[in-house]
Amino acid sequence: MDLQAIWYFLWVLLWAVYFATDGFDLGIGALLPFLGKNDEEKRIMFNSIGPLWDGNEVWLITAGGVTFAAFPLMYAVMFSSLYSALMLILFALIIRGVAFEFRGKIDSPGWKKLWDFCLFIGSLVPSFLFGVAFANIFQGIPIDDKGVYHGTLFTLLNPYGILGGALFFLLFLVHGAIWLAIKSDGDLHDRAARTASGLWPVLLVVAVVFLIASKFTTPIYDNYTAHPMLFLLILITVLALLGVKLFLSLKNYWTAWLSSAVTIIGATFFGFVGLFPNMFPSSLNPAFSLTAYNASSSHLTLQIMFTLAVIFVPVVLAYQIWVYSLFRHKVSKEELGYDEAY
Amino acid sequence: MDVLMLSRLQFAVATFFHFLFVPLTLGLSLLVAFMETKYVRSGDETYLKMTKFWGKLFLINFTIGVVTGLTLEFQFGTNWSNYSMFMGDIFGSLLAIEALGFFFLESILLGVWIFGWKKISKTAHAIVMWLVAFAATGSAVWILTANAWMQHPVGYVIRNGRAELANFAQVALNPFAILMLTHTLFAAYIISAFFVMGISAYHLIRKQHVDFFTRSFRMALVLGLVFSFAEIVEGHMHGADLAHSQPTKLAALESHWQTSKNAPIYLFALPDDANGKNRIEIGPIPGLLSLLAYHNMSAEVKGLADFPADERPPVLITHFAFRAMVGLGFYFALVTLIGWFKRNSLLESPWYLKLMLYSTPLPYIATELGWTVAEVGRQPWIVYGLMRTKDAVSSIAASQVAVTLVGFIFVYGLLGAIGFYLIIKKAIKGPAAD
Ligand code: HDD
Ligand code: HEM
Ligand code: HEM
Repeated sequence: MDLQAIWYFLWVLLWAVYFATDGFDLGIGALLPFLGKNDEEKRIMFNSIGPLWDGNEVWLITAGGVTFAAFPLMYAVMFSSLYSALMLILFALIIRGVAFEFRGKIDSPGWKKLWDFCLFIGSLVPSFLFGVAFANIFQGIPIDDKGVYHGTLFTLLNPYGILGGALFFLLFLVHGAIWLAIKSDGDLHDRAARTASGLWPVLLVVAVVFLIASKFTTPIYDNYTAHPMLFLLILITVLALLGVKLFLSLKNYWTAWLSSAVTIIGATFFGFVGLFPNMFPSSLNPAFSLTAYNASSSHLTLQIMFTLAVIFVPVVLAYQIWVYSLFRHKVSKEELGYDEAY
Repeated sequence: MDVLMLSRLQFAVATFFHFLFVPLTLGLSLLVAFMETKYVRSGDETYLKMTKFWGKLFLINFTIGVVTGLTLEFQFGTNWSNYSMFMGDIFGSLLAIEALGFFFLESILLGVWIFGWKKISKTAHAIVMWLVAFAATGSAVWILTANAWMQHPVGYVIRNGRAELANFAQVALNPFAILMLTHTLFAAYIISAFFVMGISAYHLIRKQHVDFFTRSFRMALVLGLVFSFAEIVEGHMHGADLAHSQPTKLAALESHWQTSKNAPIYLFALPDDANGKNRIEIGPIPGLLSLLAYHNMSAEVKGLADFPADERPPVLITHFAFRAMVGLGFYFALVTLIGWFKRNSLLESPWYLKLMLYSTPLPYIATELGWTVAEVGRQPWIVYGLMRTKDAVSSIAASQVAVTLVGFIFVYGLLGAIGFYLIIKKAIKGPAAD
């Protein structure tokens, strides 16, 4: 593999890790009004992701920064053409971020309701729009030879785009519900576990429809039929999705959560493995598409960035995993009593 | 308004707002780490209380810093896509290094600091705060290196119709970046010192928690005193460097139009951008500009008239922003010096405490003015000498940008108001009430 190809898959990996980590934060946020029956349960939900959400969100910042560094043309074209969708996502993530810190600072029901609502909207919108954006990339975006976008926000809301949005949303909901089951006990734990199991069949149906629809609306399967070995990826992803259900019914929540993470990572790779070397296909004319080769940085930049990534990504993963294990236990009453807790 | 104007406004709103919160993060993280270390070493509970009280204010501030930084990371792509295509090879890697190397460390470990009081040892907990402070500084290093590259591009070649990296070491060790970094970090320490002194003064005036706030005040006073003086010296070097790196900006700072030896500084000058001269000039001090820029009274300093009109920055804004920043710089040095002589008798000088309370916002104003000098003074270039701002903007619909601009003003305005309200509320409440 050449450097561009390596970077292409590293780039996909960063997005995939972002979805697999921040995904459960977003899922819990979107579940807040449905699972948190009283203030204490809501606080448990906030604090179940309290120490982790910001670190998780940095995967998004890194994915953005690395897009800029390794594929500047992609960075420029992707974010300017998806302008409205991205801005909506950013505004949503802003109100979600401050909701954590602000909610507990004033002891009034109206105030808390306000930030509960911000967490909810701030989680729901990104979950759905990321899916919409990525599904649209899989199927092609109306950009011309200068990378200028010919469409509006509503162009993205086509049936396949919406299907992608629904898929991501459901993946994150299940992912979040499992995490909550890990981090809570009693009634809330039971409800979270039931929600995960209850949403799972819906997710399965949407996932299957998505796999089939991809056949008719995108060129993704061309790479798969050319290299049948690649079907293994789909197989693993589907097995992981089935594993989620299996481990849920065995009440083995950590393994269920890991399966769900693998499903998310697999779903992200599924599309890009099919698109390679395209990154941002043009639906107007295939010649206008951005690829790993025409959108990349110079060889020197790719080389330097590669060295840095090989050093830093494992280090980051190592201490992030340490922090996850530090906070693997259920949210306790004592923790909720901290001054600094959310 | 066209896309260009809207995007510039939006960028200005987003960065100015981000930078209302960033400096306090940089300075207060250090102070809190220092307080916690004192606690771990001495076991003195007052230091623990200090850690918790200032730490809480730090966290509110930090959160707004984080969420506003998020939009900046993407704005180069959304609003400045032509810039990103042209400069991404160099500029993007600096942002990526910042995220990979430092944002992770900062954000992940801060979670440990907030929630880890009982999960790790006291010493480890203090070390975590030091690492957070280190990571915040590290992220400032890289973002400022990126910004400095736009002020003074080095280590690149123009190839394939874009700027490509030629020498990474030159980019990373850009002398302009080093000046900018020291200047900005010093500014951050001044802000943080005045923040702590201001809040402490509020309580000392009321004679509440005297021990707690006297200690806090003195700790901050030392920080403020040292860096206020250092900032003047460093700021002077920063200005002198412009004689080589950005002559148009230097001329705009002092509203200097005609190239001359023995170039003067005026006590007061009113620039007239349209006619390329000063409308009013009062009190020239001959040779002072030459002296400051070249350390030689008779050196020749280039004037703006030597540059085509379309390569001159807006002089009026640059000049007055610069004047005000420098004036404030001297004010900070003066009041912290007074404080040094009053350090043992703070309670007996209510007027001084009042002065410090009302001075709290001034360093914020100075830093925003500083960025105005640096960024407006760089115009019309987005990358000095290489690319103009007007060629950098994305080809997107103006209506889209208008909507998000209004969104930014509205959302940021609200968040800022709530954020400052919460900080002030917690600050006034004081440590014991919790
Ligand atoms: C001199 C310092 C400085 C400057 C000029 C900037 N920033 Fe900043 N930024 C910081 C110093 C900083 C910080 C102190 O490191 C922050 C504040 C709160 C925090 O978490 O880190 C931060 C936060 C922060 C975050 C959130 C990080 C997280 O989630 O932990 C992002 C994405 C950015 N910044 C990006 C930018 C961009 C793209 C800038 C340029 C336009 C920029 N910042 C200017
Ligand atoms: C946080 C402190 C900063 C502040 C307050 C600030 C402020 C500003 C302002 C007011 C402008 C508009 C100038 C004009 O159009 O006349 C501007 C321009 C710009 N700055 Fe900065 N800046 C900051 C840091 C940075 C950094 C760190 C970068 C790069 C990493 C950067 C990149 C730019 C770009 C791309 C423009 C061109 C767009 C424009 O002209 O509006 N800025 N900045
Ligand atoms: C008192 C003497 C001071 C002098 C001579 C001075 C000089 C300068 C100069 C020449 C610049 C423009 C550099 C560029 O082109 O990028 C600048 C920028 C700036 N100044 Fe000052 N300054 C002084 C005090 C202060 C103070 C007290 C603060 C804040 C507390 C401050 C904050 C800033 C900031 C944030 C910038 C933009 C970042 C940078 O370019 O370094 N300055 N200053």
